[in-house]
Amino acid sequence: MTLRKYLVILAVVFFGSVGDAFLARGMKHADAIDIHHLAYVFVALADPFVILGIIFLLGFMSSYMTALSFADLTYVLPATAISYVVMVLLSIFWLHEHVSAQRWLGVAFIVTGVGVVAGGPSRTEHPATRASDPAHVSDAAIEERG
Amino acid sequence: MRTLYTWVCILITVVAAAAGDVLVALAMRRIGDLGELRQRHGFLAVIARVLSSGVLFGGVFFMAIAFFSNLVGLSWADLSVVGPASAALTFVTNALGAKFFLHENVDRRRWLATIFVCFGVLLLTWS
Repeated sequence: MTLRKYLVILAVVFFGSVGDAFLARGMKHADAIDIHHLAYVFVALADPFVILGIIFLLGFMSSYMTALSFADLTYVLPATAISYVVMVLLSIFWLHEHVSAQRWLGVAFIVTGVGVVAGGPSRTEHPATRASDPAHVSDAAIEERG
Repeated sequence: MRTLYTWVCILITVVAAAAGDVLVALAMRRIGDLGELRQRHGFLAVIARVLSSGVLFGGVFFMAIAFFSNLVGLSWADLSVVGPASAALTFVTNALGAKFFLHENVDRRRWLATIFVCFGVLLLTWS
């Protein structure tokens, strides 16, 4: 893993957690959506915080796709779980939600999980000869198609 | 009743998010490392290759379903409930999807990390 790849993982964490916090803030402004009027969810899209949330989630999506281009899904997901810790911090300082000792224990578990996965390899090496495997297309094949 | 609706939303979010993640991961593996591709072929070639992937759009479609379901859930419950609950369940379904559909090497270290994160997220949810 190079510095650039760690920065991509960090970007996934930043855009994901801040985007979710913006969405939550925006949805708090909107009234609760009635089960019979689910289309009102589109009205919530006009809220500035929801719009900001969507912009941040677009940033999340592009950095997430970049991360998945060089690392496994089972590496990227636990490694970016640190965003839940950021979400808890945002809940305290911005949304003014209460965070109990049990939640802090949860934060400790997440940080441990992130530490465990971050120490391992980021990518499963698939043999280049497995051309029949739909989940694997070699770089040479991509070059040929490109 | 609102609690039931919230959990239905969480369930839809989990299934759609797992399907979306697996499809996007499959598409990005087929496309290759975006950083290397950009160095070799330029930024526009990367954009063209990403936009030509049908599997990617399938993944984005499921992610959009997960997004709207999550948005509805957020209007009924706190972010600190909906976010972690969806995430904890998504971690497990994603690990299974990655193992069986993407043939990733989900070794003991990754299961341990998944369980730690999942348990941590559950503690966040149930406090």
